[in-house]
Amino acid sequence: MELQYWIWIAVGLSFSLYIGIAIWSRAGSTKEFYVAGGGVHPIANGMATAADWMSAASFISMAGIISFGGYDGSVYLMGWTGGYVLLALLLAPYLRKFGKFTVPDFIGDRYYSNTARSVAVFCALIVSFTYIAGQMRGVGVVFSRYLEVDIVTGVLIGMGIVLFYAVLGGMKGITYTQVAQYCVLIFAFMVPAIYISFLVTGNVIPQLGFGSSGADGVYLLDKLDGLHRELGFHEYTSGSKSMLDVFCITMALMVGTAGLPHVIVRFFTVKKVSDARKSAGWALLFIAILYTTAPAIAVFSRTNLIETVSNQPYKDMPEWFDKWETTGLLGFTDKNEDGLIQYTADTTTNELTVDADIMVLANPEIAQLPNWVIALLAAGALAAALSTAAGLLLVISSAVSHDLLKKMVMPRISEKGELIAARIAATGAVCLAGYFGINPPGFVAATVALAFGLAASSFFPAILLGIFSKRINKEGAISGMLVGVTLMLFYMLKFKFGWFGGGTKADWWFGISPEGFGSIAMIANFVVTLIISSGTPAPSKDIQELVANIRKP
Amino acid sequence: MKNTYWQKNIRYISILLSLWFIVSFGCGILFVEQLNTIQIGGFKLGFWFAQQGSIFGFVAIIFTYIYLMNKLDQTQNK
Repeated sequence: MELQYWIWIAVGLSFSLYIGIAIWSRAGSTKEFYVAGGGVHPIANGMATAADWMSAASFISMAGIISFGGYDGSVYLMGWTGGYVLLALLLAPYLRKFGKFTVPDFIGDRYYSNTARSVAVFCALIVSFTYIAGQMRGVGVVFSRYLEVDIVTGVLIGMGIVLFYAVLGGMKGITYTQVAQYCVLIFAFMVPAIYISFLVTGNVIPQLGFGSSGADGVYLLDKLDGLHRELGFHEYTSGSKSMLDVFCITMALMVGTAGLPHVIVRFFTVKKVSDARKSAGWALLFIAILYTTAPAIAVFSRTNLIETVSNQPYKDMPEWFDKWETTGLLGFTDKNEDGLIQYTADTTTNELTVDADIMVLANPEIAQLPNWVIALLAAGALAAALSTAAGLLLVISSAVSHDLLKKMVMPRISEKGELIAARIAATGAVCLAGYFGINPPGFVAATVALAFGLAASSFFPAILLGIFSKRINKEGAISGMLVGVTLMLFYMLKFKFGWFGGGTKADWWFGISPEGFGSIAMIANFVVTLIISSGTPAPSKDIQELVANIRKP
Repeated sequence: MKNTYWQKNIRYISILLSLWFIVSFGCGILFVEQLNTIQIGGFKLGFWFAQQGSIFGFVAIIFTYIYLMNKLDQTQNK
């Protein structure tokens, strides 16, 4: 059957599934809207968290980024999984025990202050907006690439679907659609991976194929290191970044993961404290399936690419080469006019440009998989982008309707009124996200690092100390959050956007990149919080009781 | 009694977080070059920890904690 039909069938079926689930799981109360009624099974919540967490970037771009970075790409693999250990051990069980709806709820109550709550709302909104704009863009790109509609139409269709199930079902609708989306995306990711692993190494498990040898009996990784040396790239299995920078980026991503509000709220939806721990475990297990496969895909496709193109005549290139050249993801300019493709690390002689996304998107074609697998990939990428967008949307709408309206502006608003406000806020957030998806601000790519840095430098220390210390007071926590966020914003604006005099790599403080600076800003937050708290009065008896209470099982 | 529950919890957390640090920051970053001199199958060990081993480690750490805490919770309820 024609590829286009397959794609319409896969996308159409998966979308009707999401809509069906949304109708089945309408939210009737604020508790259902914010935390799905608080009765989600830990395994279902684990799947929902995994889908929530793995965005279009994890699904489409990550394997490609690793494939070009080699060892350098490890920061994403470790950074985006290690945070779940922090969540399971340090945050999730206690926040569940606390038993409210949002992250600003905890900060506001624990630090008995609406100033603290406002700072938390502000951080939650910035983090979520920077993230959601990228997701809507991802939806548009997938639509335009696979369904041959333009990006604007793609974004609008995506908006319509998310709007439908997020506004109708709230967290309840989102949770159960995310479970379905996880199944779609993991199936779509694994089928081509298993196929390619078998093709290249004869081993059906990509994680093992990764360390096996190809048809010529040479270990794949050794071969790739050799190819890299010949072409002038740094060795695949050793990096180009400094050890300190790798350390800081990994730390910032881990701590940022643990501090992201849309991840944390997922743990409010389970029934009891032990379920919060369990669902963190299941979530990481479900995430690990994709995250341990991605580096294997990276190696297969990198080897495949180099062997197919390097020093080969341009006119002998397979069909997929032409196809992806027209999309602009592959580019070839014959600089020395010998008709061969020279692919090297030296930019003056290199003739081939390759976009990282192609490693996942073109994989089924390179491996000559049947059309339905390609269709599946389109549905999977959409599932990844939509599930993350919906989770973020809920954080934005609850920050507005619950934290701002109910807790600060109109404390006497009725349950029904709050539910309406939540739905209006969600609608507004979808429209704004859609606008940014259609007119992407140039900073979207740069701000993903900002989102993690901000989460690491604001929420993480405040929540952690709020649980593990009874002595930390509002003065300490507020000044800590402000110092952390300001420092992070300053560093990002200076080195990513050229404000405050700008600067180049040589000017980085201690050689730490903006992506890794969240670790330093987080340490600053901890230090400031501890010093200020020790010089100001301890929190009242009630607050100390509250802390003692969330520590009990 | 409540106090010992919390102290035991803190002890589990410290041990497991040290493991968390060792499998990722230790084996995957700080000692990656030393470990890369050891090769198991097609993997250099340090590289394997950075791209596979650390993630398997994280999963094992969380499930260990779930197991330990469930047991601790049970002794509390008696």
